[in-house]
Amino acid sequence: MSDNEDVMRGEQQKIKKKKLLNNDTKDEIDNYNDIEEYEQNGKIDNEEMNQNEDTDSSDNDVDLLPIEKANKKLRKKQEEEQKLAEEEMHEMTLQQSVFTFPTEKELAEVTNLKDVQQRIKDVIMVLSDFKKLRDVNRSRSEYMDLLRSDLCTYYSYNNFLMEKLMQIFPLDELLEFLEASEVQRPMTIRTNTLKTRRRDLAEALINRGVNLDPIGKWTKIGLVIYSSQVPMGATPEYLAGHYILQGASSFLPVMALDPKENEKILDMCAAPGGKSSHIASLMKNTGVIFSNDVNEERIKAVVGNFHRLGIVNSIVCTYDGRKLPSVSINDTYMNILNVIKSFDRVLLDAPCTGTGVVSKDPSVKTNKDEVDIQRCCTLQKELLLAAIDCVNARSESGGIIVYSTCSILPEENEWVVDHALKKRDVKLIPTGLEFGAEGFTSYRQYRFHPSLKLTKRFYPHVHNMDGFFVAKLKKFSNIIHKNKDAEEETLIIDNF
Amino acid sequence: MKRLTEEKTKLVLEKLTNIGTNVKLLLDRPDGVYCFRERKGRVYYVSEKILSLASVVNPDKLASIGTCFGKFTKSGKFRLHITALYHLAPYAQHKIWVKPSAEQQFIYGHHISKSGLSRITENTPQYQGVVIFSTNNIPLGFGVTAKSTMDCKYADPMATICFHQADVGEYIRSEDSLI
Repeated sequence: MSDNEDVMRGEQQKIKKKKLLNNDTKDEIDNYNDIEEYEQNGKIDNEEMNQNEDTDSSDNDVDLLPIEKANKKLRKKQEEEQKLAEEEMHEMTLQQSVFTFPTEKELAEVTNLKDVQQRIKDVIMVLSDFKKLRDVNRSRSEYMDLLRSDLCTYYSYNNFLMEKLMQIFPLDELLEFLEASEVQRPMTIRTNTLKTRRRDLAEALINRGVNLDPIGKWTKIGLVIYSSQVPMGATPEYLAGHYILQGASSFLPVMALDPKENEKILDMCAAPGGKSSHIASLMKNTGVIFSNDVNEERIKAVVGNFHRLGIVNSIVCTYDGRKLPSVSINDTYMNILNVIKSFDRVLLDAPCTGTGVVSKDPSVKTNKDEVDIQRCCTLQKELLLAAIDCVNARSESGGIIVYSTCSILPEENEWVVDHALKKRDVKLIPTGLEFGAEGFTSYRQYRFHPSLKLTKRFYPHVHNMDGFFVAKLKKFSNIIHKNKDAEEETLIIDNF
Repeated sequence: MKRLTEEKTKLVLEKLTNIGTNVKLLLDRPDGVYCFRERKGRVYYVSEKILSLASVVNPDKLASIGTCFGKFTKSGKFRLHITALYHLAPYAQHKIWVKPSAEQQFIYGHHISKSGLSRITENTPQYQGVVIFSTNNIPLGFGVTAKSTMDCKYADPMATICFHQADVGEYIRSEDSLI
């Protein structure tokens, strides 16, 4: 019906146009007559001439008032312009849909990056309106493959990691993430509240020619450094322990942990000691903090930082985190009731692939593989279970475990936490962080526990800090292998 | 983790009192009893509460506990480390303040010359252990006076008035050998 109507309208318009054309020719003739008159009369005022013109035209075209005539003229002009614009648009869309799939030869040839960038844009456009713009002989997966290989060349990632990222982000967000991962995050510092206050520190640094600002409303101890005339890691204030260089994202797990004074806290993977010292300063040097890291070289940085920052309540050790819960069992001659198993809070900033900090370490782009991720996530699962075992569920103030990574892959985050939820008597509780995206509850074929939306994800392109993941768990009982037994029971029932 | 022998205790205390520290204040603190312990030649200053918790850790796996104050040298002397500064600076009886221009020089490990001197505690004798401060009262390190306060007045601008012993720059310069 609508088509018919359109046709009808078109015909009407054509008729109108014809009329208009006739009018125009009449007008011209009118004008011609006017001039003749003018010449004959010799001297006539402009107004009079106009009047003449009006009267003349009304004489010739009885149906139309002069203003109507002008209106028609204008409308005709507008219509013409519109038509032209439409044609142009049509041509444009034709050209765009004409994006042809490159031949294999074209793909094999090394093109310059601008062409690749253009092609990325084109393919993303095709994918955004696939039904209309696709090449009928090509499937969506072919387009996706092309896009992936182009993104890999343009941003120099390896195929595997790019595929993972494409599974996490929608296409437009993916591009933003990749762009954001190319640029460095701003340098940030954390005030050591044991020795100074942020305002005093800011004043001292401004006097040294440092251009700085508070990080944001969510923290009272962070400063972001825009520019500095002196190296930030060697000012007398730094050496005197008034601040520490620390990424904004590193504040988050400690804020989620929310340590209280006089508690016993464990940091399982402490090096280089930024988060540990943050915990100690929140505890105001009371209670005790165990800082553990398996790497003896990196533990030196922890010791150095602690002494510089004036932290006195620390015990620094170099155990393998996975073996920590069994420490007191091995050393049975020590007559101490499982010191290691009675922590109020545990922070586990697990070793990870570092896909959230690509801007810091671009080698991540190329050197990670399926095996690396598997290895990481197995280690993380073991570490998280060990961390949970170290916590005393009967602790009055705590019983809290915070798990964090600087990776954005769900395999290293939600999956690990989900695993722990099944294996131990722990539940997720809100992190207490005001911002950040919710954790995934489903990812491709995986379905996680619904409470995983209480975890927080942070992205470089959204929050302008390194990619990060934070989950806060509360332990409810010290029973282990509860679920394992349940599984066995069900198995037995099945056998009968 | 072992207790210091009497001789070693004497050495440590001698050094601390030379700076002007009242050791009694260091050991009996309002937040609990603190003590000195020796491990691998290093002397650690630690709360007894933390010490008892640390006993669960295998000595091979223990990297540090509390604060490291210094070490015994091979020749049997006690050497203060910069890490002790945080605890000693508040008790210092003799102090030297350096000008902002000389700050950098000192934290790079140089002696202090007369031209860099801003203030000095009155009646400081020669060869006295002192704590060095910047003009805005940030402790920067330890030193030993080369001249008494009186002699400083008449000293040549380039003359050294304080020998460098330890400075906060060591946190960067020698992180590995610090502890």
